[in-house]
Amino acid sequence: MTARIFAYVTHKTGVVDDSAAELLAAIRQIDAVAAPTAIVIGSGAEVDSACLSLCASYPEIWKISDAALAYPNAELIRKALVKVLPPGAVLLLAHEHFGIDLAPGLSIKLNAAFVPDVLAIVGREGVQLKVVRQEFGGQISANVECDISSGVVLTVRPGAFKPPVIATATGKVVDKSGEVGAITSGRSYVETVIAESGEVDITKHSILVSVGRGIQGKDNLSIAHDLAEALGAAVSCSRPVVDAKWLEKSRQVGSSGKTVKPKVYLACGISGAFQHLAGLKGSPFIIAINKNPKAPIFQVADVGIVDDILEFLPELTSKVRELRSKAA
Amino acid sequence: MEILVCVKRVLDTSENEIELDREGTGIELDEAVYSINEPDNYAVEEALQIVSRLGGKVTVVTVGGEDDEEVLRREMAMGVHQGALLSDAAFSGSDAKGIATILKSFVEKGAYDLILTGVQADDGGAQVGGMLAAMLDYPFASLVNSIEVLFGGKLKISREIEGGNREINEIELPCVLSIQTGINEPRYVGMRGIRAVASVPIPTYGASELQIGSGTVGSLAAKVKRLDYVVPTLAKGAEMLDGSREENVERVTELIAAKGGLR
Repeated sequence: MTARIFAYVTHKTGVVDDSAAELLAAIRQIDAVAAPTAIVIGSGAEVDSACLSLCASYPEIWKISDAALAYPNAELIRKALVKVLPPGAVLLLAHEHFGIDLAPGLSIKLNAAFVPDVLAIVGREGVQLKVVRQEFGGQISANVECDISSGVVLTVRPGAFKPPVIATATGKVVDKSGEVGAITSGRSYVETVIAESGEVDITKHSILVSVGRGIQGKDNLSIAHDLAEALGAAVSCSRPVVDAKWLEKSRQVGSSGKTVKPKVYLACGISGAFQHLAGLKGSPFIIAINKNPKAPIFQVADVGIVDDILEFLPELTSKVRELRSKAA
Repeated sequence: MEILVCVKRVLDTSENEIELDREGTGIELDEAVYSINEPDNYAVEEALQIVSRLGGKVTVVTVGGEDDEEVLRREMAMGVHQGALLSDAAFSGSDAKGIATILKSFVEKGAYDLILTGVQADDGGAQVGGMLAAMLDYPFASLVNSIEVLFGGKLKISREIEGGNREINEIELPCVLSIQTGINEPRYVGMRGIRAVASVPIPTYGASELQIGSGTVGSLAAKVKRLDYVVPTLAKGAEMLDGSREENVERVTELIAAKGGLR
């Protein structure tokens, strides 16, 4: 393979994101013997420490250090990357809020193909790269073929690629800052507003009764609260419940909500989109109840029941209460 | 403010199972239910709220065929002033870049201050908005969950980032924003509303009206092609309880107790 392969690595105050290793794993599946280059952008000591920490895993690290790039504004970074990337480059980055912001426009400016949210690499034949994506909320996978003759930008789903166990590279840092020049954008970063903590802290509970779209309406929430009360649990939820304003944002589990580590997770009427599952850590025991037997949640749950939560949950609550009163 | 909202008709996956067809490579569409892509509906609502405060006009546009008109009418029933259907045999098989190319040609026929898309579609992956912005050389921001119009041709927006945090930006008009669900509460559209706009003409634009050259869109120009669909292989899969409801309730209670609950 002649095209150079790059990974755009994000960092926070100099600490590189977990995706750095996952991107390397994905690159190995495109080309087992590639010598990939990591690109790190930022300013000052932060970008230096991020670069150094990548030397063990990437043979080469391109550093772009510029006070104007201290905050990762995707509009400015796109312009910087267009200046330094060679024609035909293969570029991988994580499919999260920054990658979603940067990648589509970058692919246009590089005249490269673009495949978002890649789950697996099937292989490469000549200029055709075959990858796997998911559609319809994870219910169906799609094999996608992509012409990479003029380069490609791929965003990779976080957690989809297992990082290599051992890191063997002895990377060198190459300073590319001088090639960028002055860049401006019609979009400027102002500040980051940290999410408010709600009245119930779902991260502190060992059992969560978590409701999704299947709860169907605000009035039905009482059945989840009743069960949670009987179990000594808290009620959490997935995104559609917050979008509909049925529960407050601080109860949302997922990449745009809270990360939780319960012992038992009752997923009630939750389809199981990957953004939701990204908020579940520490391998909880997942009990999923959903009307749709094809719901992706059943792929990751420990125990599954195909049923209507509006009927199942009240019966479960009665049973739990019955056991409690016997014990007391 | 002149606002264009790019929308898409999609298979409704919230209530419906998606299954493979008999050949096992496509989607079974015989009993398929379609709807407006949910984030697009939030984008339309946001556009309507902006023009109700500041004046102006909202246009909805989609790339597709006759069947896709129904989502334009649905959004027009919400109060959108104008619909436009971009339709041509030459458009079929376009990848996301092709769709963005078609939309760009339409944008250039008008004078829009603001272009909105939904953040993503179930069969997409958050592509077209960012591509369209880059083609137009407009600033772009994704995952937008609030918009405030400032003086001097600028917006103050917030983007949804990790952990429910919000990234505040200022962005110059004209720009392209992709709208995240939950930004507002989209108004209800009843059958009466849809009937009221049933006979409003929706202009159709083909490749020649949009001055789109052959070979720049459609399947021949597409670098990205879907080969087939497959049912995901289960890594592990849940142990499915197939007893009566009473038995399942009993079993779940036992499991919760065994895992340390119910103490």
